[in-house]
Amino acid sequence: MMPELGQIALILALLLAIVQATVPLIGAHWRQPALMAVARPAAYGQFVFVLFAYGILTEAFVAQDFSIAYVAQNSNLALPWHYRFSAVWGAHEGSLLLWVLILSGWTVALAALSSRLPERFMARALAVLGIISIGFLAFTVLTSNPFERHVPPLADGNDLNPLLQDFGLIVHPPMLYMGYVGFAVAFAFAVAALIEGRVDRQWVRWSRPWTNVAWAFLTIGIALGSWWAYYELGWGGWWFWDPVENASFMPWLVGAALIHSQAVTEKRGTFAAWTLLLAICAFSLSLLGTFLVRSGVLTSVHAFASDPTRGIFILVFLVIVTGGALTLYAIRAPKLAAAPPVSLYSRESLLLLNNILLVTACAMVLIGTLYPLVAEALGWGKISVGPPYFGLMFFVLMAPLVWLIPFGPLTRWKGDSLPAVFLSLRTALALAALAAALVWIVERELPLKAVIGVCAGIWVIFGTLAFLLRRMRNAAPGRMLTAEMVGMSLAHIGVGIFVVGVVVTESLNVERDVRMQAGDMVEVAGYQVTLREVVRQDGPNFIADEGVFEIRQDGELMSTQHPQKRRYLRGQVMTEAALDAGFFADFYIAMGEPIGTGGAWAIRLYYKPMIRWVWLGALLMMAGGLVSATERRLRQTIVEREVVQSAPEQMPDALPERA
Amino acid sequence: MNPLRKRRLILISALVLGVGAATALALTALNENVNHFYSPSEVAAGKIAHGRTFRLGGVVLEGSPRREESTLKAHFVVTDRFANLPVEFEGILPDLFREGQSVIAVGMLNASGVFAAEEVLAKHDENYMPAEVKEAIDKGKARREAGAPEGAQP
Repeated sequence: MMPELGQIALILALLLAIVQATVPLIGAHWRQPALMAVARPAAYGQFVFVLFAYGILTEAFVAQDFSIAYVAQNSNLALPWHYRFSAVWGAHEGSLLLWVLILSGWTVALAALSSRLPERFMARALAVLGIISIGFLAFTVLTSNPFERHVPPLADGNDLNPLLQDFGLIVHPPMLYMGYVGFAVAFAFAVAALIEGRVDRQWVRWSRPWTNVAWAFLTIGIALGSWWAYYELGWGGWWFWDPVENASFMPWLVGAALIHSQAVTEKRGTFAAWTLLLAICAFSLSLLGTFLVRSGVLTSVHAFASDPTRGIFILVFLVIVTGGALTLYAIRAPKLAAAPPVSLYSRESLLLLNNILLVTACAMVLIGTLYPLVAEALGWGKISVGPPYFGLMFFVLMAPLVWLIPFGPLTRWKGDSLPAVFLSLRTALALAALAAALVWIVERELPLKAVIGVCAGIWVIFGTLAFLLRRMRNAAPGRMLTAEMVGMSLAHIGVGIFVVGVVVTESLNVERDVRMQAGDMVEVAGYQVTLREVVRQDGPNFIADEGVFEIRQDGELMSTQHPQKRRYLRGQVMTEAALDAGFFADFYIAMGEPIGTGGAWAIRLYYKPMIRWVWLGALLMMAGGLVSATERRLRQTIVEREVVQSAPEQMPDALPERA
Repeated sequence: MNPLRKRRLILISALVLGVGAATALALTALNENVNHFYSPSEVAAGKIAHGRTFRLGGVVLEGSPRREESTLKAHFVVTDRFANLPVEFEGILPDLFREGQSVIAVGMLNASGVFAAEEVLAKHDENYMPAEVKEAIDKGKARREAGAPEGAQP
């Protein structure tokens, strides 16, 4: 009975989404307040029904109702209780429901917090979110019903994919979806603005925190996925340029560009059309990512087992949403006035460069990801694009971006003198060079390329600190550091730390696969690793072989590690790597497979210096996004409406005049 | 030329140059880093030159995996149910590597016609079969049923 109620709730939510997508649009067009006012209650009602359906599915997992096919496939009696909650999004149907729930949640938040924005504009924006909601609810109801019954009911279920019985993967999908779906808000604003035919600075200002929050969630979602792949997949890497990773990385890159271009549009009134285009692209790439992951068109280690009808559904939806938005853009964008001229060296120019580099990087990832599809369609054979392609592209495009970061915040709008800005950064540059030299003295094995990379990372950190210092010295008290500036600085420092981590771990990591049996000792990166014994360890729903390893340095015991090889009841084999994690280096031990009959094992020993910095950098970027979203200025509603096309008046500069 | 026009001209030329350079770079890098995918039948048909890296896809032939006692060398046979290709690999095989499961190996043919794999990939999801592998298997099966000569290509 309950599952049927869940399905009915989803259908009702779909009906409300249809109301939310149509009535307010009609109302906005004919200026009917009563019709426009339908948007908010429809959004709230939809959320209630989706939440209800989600609750029922969760309840089915907790109560282990194996009469539901989805529950039976992804859970069993031995599944620990806490995994029953996360098993809800353990496979396609449930994760889609989670996606719908999050979209509905974002819509409700937007509806509840936007009462001070113009009614007509909000009616249109909420209607656009309604259209997106229709797509995903229809997708769920028509092709991926999580409440489908299994007749007859099963006594016990299959099992949750063991890979998903882990903290990292429990939080990874919700964070990622928060990011993907969060870009829907910027998208809805952009489309509403295009329908209206003008860019209002007020809503650009108002949409900035939403973009920042969405981007922050996407950042942490990607970082969690990377961290999880590192410790759980047993490959020891943190990024593989896998199509599914790329699928989440593309909206991230465009989102980062959008954050910067929104700042220009809000503060200076320029880049308006470009900002709209980026907002459309960020969300379209999120949809593309969903399509790539769930349709099975790309060969990826992460792909869901899929059926083609699902792929076609998302593809059609992607074409409607993206195609519609871009068509609207093509019709309306030329009406938006061109930017007033700025001098060649100005903050606008630097941010333009930032946008060009980020968007080009995204285009390169897109080309590399879709090239196999195109090649196959054109009959060039089946191919795949190797990681070196992406590595090279990123090096070429991101190296200049990283070096330019410290200049951005210190350069004034409209025009500045490069030598003057450089002068205020010379200490930072000198310190960065000094620090890189010190790093090189400590670690002589570091190749020159890596030393330059470390120098770049430290330069970003010191350059950002130089900006903060100057703010504190020169600005009026009370206006010293706004949340926006703190957030920006955190994110930029995060980039610096990330760069240092990537460069060091990629150039100094040691990966060794060895054959070991009890009593064997292997030397890795100056540490002695001894396999004491292999013992049998059983868990609630698996049996495991556990290796007991001792890591010593110069005979002194550093730690004892217990990696496992697990065999789950479902039959799947899983590696639980053991990590001796440290701020400056990780020691990573994974059990491969038994060799022969003498008790020997293939063992994977990795030494990963500074790999934590990769995720630490991402954490700081996330924190930066969240902190800058708390900026009070962005929540203020200006009484008089400032329209971007009208000559932008003098905005207070973010920086004091240079003394 | 008025300043606005001049500015636009500079902007557009820079844009054209930038896009051109980026495209050229991307295409070069793509060409150098593209791996083709072949099935054992295609390899048997002599489609691949020695010393070229490619991706081999198929199913691990039942009963074929074998590990050497004293090293990390593994031997197995990849099949598309029509032709077989022996593979050797030194290192740790993925958790989902199993007899009868689909697998993709990256590497090249050595002088003795054995596929020396640098990397072996299996999938997270045991129900999931990469599209390439599925197609190769289907083709292999169809060919076997039709009794076509080995290596015949449609």
